[in-house]
Amino acid sequence: MRAVHLLALGAGVAAVAAPALANESVLKSIANPAEQALQTVDYGNTRYSKLDQINASNVKNLQVAWTFSTGVLRGHEGSPLVIGNMMYVHTPFPNIVYALDLDHEAKIVWKYEPKQDPSVIPVMCCDTVNRGLAYADGTILLHQADTTLVSLDAKTGKVNWSVVNGDPKKGETNTATVLPVKDKVIVGISGGEFGVQCHVTAYDLKTGKKVWRGYSEGPDDQMLIDPEKTTYLGKPVGKDSSLKTWEGDQWKTGGGCTWGWFSYDPKLDLMYYGSGNPSTWNPKQRPGDNRWSMTVWARNPDTGVAKWVYQMTPHDEWDYDGINEMILTDQKVDGKEQPLLTHFDRNGFGYTLNRETGALLVAEKFDPAVNWATKVDMDKGSKTYGRPLVVSKYSTEQNGEDTNSKGICPAALGTKDQQPAAFSPKTNLFYVPTNHVCMDYEPFRVTYTPGQPYVGATLSMYPAPNSHGGMGNFIAWDGVNGKIKWSNAEQFSVWSGALATAGDVVFYGTLEGYLKAVDDKTGKELFKFKTPSGIIGNVMTYQLKGKQYVGVLSGVGGWAGIGLAAGLTDPNAGLGAVGGYAALSQYTNLGGQLTVFALPN
Amino acid sequence: MHNLSNIVTRPFLAALALATVSAVAVHAEDAKPADPALANSLNANDKTAEQDPALLKKNAAVKAEDGKYVDADGHPTFHVTEDGKKLDWYTYSGYRRYHAECHVCHGPDGMGSTYAPALKDSLKTLSYEEFIGILVGGKQDVSASEQKVMPAFGDNKNVMCYSDDLYTYLKARASGAVGRVRPSEHEDKPEAAKKAEKECMGS
Repeated sequence: MRAVHLLALGAGVAAVAAPALANESVLKSIANPAEQALQTVDYGNTRYSKLDQINASNVKNLQVAWTFSTGVLRGHEGSPLVIGNMMYVHTPFPNIVYALDLDHEAKIVWKYEPKQDPSVIPVMCCDTVNRGLAYADGTILLHQADTTLVSLDAKTGKVNWSVVNGDPKKGETNTATVLPVKDKVIVGISGGEFGVQCHVTAYDLKTGKKVWRGYSEGPDDQMLIDPEKTTYLGKPVGKDSSLKTWEGDQWKTGGGCTWGWFSYDPKLDLMYYGSGNPSTWNPKQRPGDNRWSMTVWARNPDTGVAKWVYQMTPHDEWDYDGINEMILTDQKVDGKEQPLLTHFDRNGFGYTLNRETGALLVAEKFDPAVNWATKVDMDKGSKTYGRPLVVSKYSTEQNGEDTNSKGICPAALGTKDQQPAAFSPKTNLFYVPTNHVCMDYEPFRVTYTPGQPYVGATLSMYPAPNSHGGMGNFIAWDGVNGKIKWSNAEQFSVWSGALATAGDVVFYGTLEGYLKAVDDKTGKELFKFKTPSGIIGNVMTYQLKGKQYVGVLSGVGGWAGIGLAAGLTDPNAGLGAVGGYAALSQYTNLGGQLTVFALPN
Repeated sequence: MHNLSNIVTRPFLAALALATVSAVAVHAEDAKPADPALANSLNANDKTAEQDPALLKKNAAVKAEDGKYVDADGHPTFHVTEDGKKLDWYTYSGYRRYHAECHVCHGPDGMGSTYAPALKDSLKTLSYEEFIGILVGGKQDVSASEQKVMPAFGDNKNVMCYSDDLYTYLKARASGAVGRVRPSEHEDKPEAAKKAEKECMGS
């Protein structure tokens, strides 16, 4: 089985002959496991490192090598980058960037602090997180909270150019990282709770000039959909594929935001990402399938034109954003080697598709608690082919406005949120941080005001009933067979991105603040260390002067900081027994710190 | 689509809020001593409620008009009965609106989050006028160590049309009349509430 890093390497060779392919500097860094140029580790979003000095037998000896305080006390998502001897650390709002010289005890070489209007803070749903920088062609790319995209000179921190992608006054903000691909940088946008018509935009990497923009919903030309050539499950989508699925002009406030991760296949020359929930959260107010919210998109990075789309949750009734990462691997399915895309959706299904054709191969629950749908219809002859078969009892649409639908699993934060999974080509397993939380959901009527929240549902969340009592699991998933290989129960949701390594060790962080290392075959815990604050960042690794390091940002917050900080209520324990699920605030506190680990000399 | 311009909506809603304050205050002047039918009946076993006897007394209803309860100061207040099971309509509605509009920052049940204060505590001291003022105009607390910003909801009908509902729910939480539970029963939705909702939401 070939892994994605091999595929990326192959493309790197091809890039010499055809310079337009991929981005040479990015490919070079991806091929060198000592560095990390992208938040996703590689174009395939595998989050797999070939470094193997720290391995299953010696990881227990890990020690803290050095630490760094970011000076900000909000939720810290994403991870630092390493290029050569330089490390680049980002922070949540106000989105400071630090360049640290690893050859000189992490001395600060330059610091960039943008001036942003603090009025953007409350427009950001769920904390002021930022999922990090990207590196390409000697520049550091920062996409700020207020949607300003900045290209910084990696050596000096000087601004090369900056461009504004959206308007926070209309609820348009940013939390995501960007994708440098070829001579472009691809960016998304947030604002699903504010009725934004969301989109993906390509800017010129050298100048910041806008090249194309594709919306998630609306007329075909706005979405960059070709009615005859863009396909859905193998068939052309046809004319007005989105407009037909909204009432009137509701698509104009339709959401479908693009705040997740981007992946790219240099061989097929396609980029992949998911779109988020349709606005509002009250499904009764927006009849129809609401295409193409909740959709996996494959687009050509040069033109933006969509090759195929697959909508996972038509007419969302639960806020199951489809934005989680698309992990690209090559594995054998149905007896033949195929280019695959695996995606762990908020809705609790783990999907595997053929990333060339968009054909649906596998869709299975990656948490047994998932109950809102019995399954995804895999019968090609069926009218509902490719659609989830919704259970009436858990349908907030069928139960209607002002009715409280109880016991829906997963909760709105999904079986998994944005925190990215990892894939090891050594085990052919995905390592997935998950939530084990259910909810009651009551939709009601709301009106739209530009720049104001447009939610329209009341939620209460609690740990999955009749289970281990915790709110999370860290699982290993077989994407070809759609099966959980092993599952480690966690007291709180696992809100940290995983990292798989050639040393047969998988790393992840926990909301209490532990960095954990587990065996990639069995899930056995090999090492843990409690960092100063809860971890919602992604574990990274790099090598300097022949020595491997592992780093992670601590700083509790994000969506997890909302409910979990207060402790979720337990419906089964009855009144007065909430203490059984003690609040996260008893385990950790606000923070903003990078902790770097290494083996003793 | 209800694209009312900010200029029209904001002063209107703000004025509406202030008008409510003074109108209720006038009624309060001739309030009679507490009627047993207005008394609260709470769940003594719900530890999550953290009952505050002084606040429960201060916020006790002295008068009810078409399902809306007011305290001795003439401000809207809660009415909890049947051992804590049943809420007056406005407090129940406040629970719903809170968990749609406010909880993404202020946490479930007014418990606070890593970046916004616990309103079950703030409402122990915040007056009705201060509460409405912050709701309409927002609040900023930005320094080197803190960046707390609450938006102005003056333009937002999903919030402002239910400002009294939010207030009574959070007062109930602050006083300990309602715990960390989803209210299971409520008094009937008063005609006045239906009428006001229709006029305010305009749809």
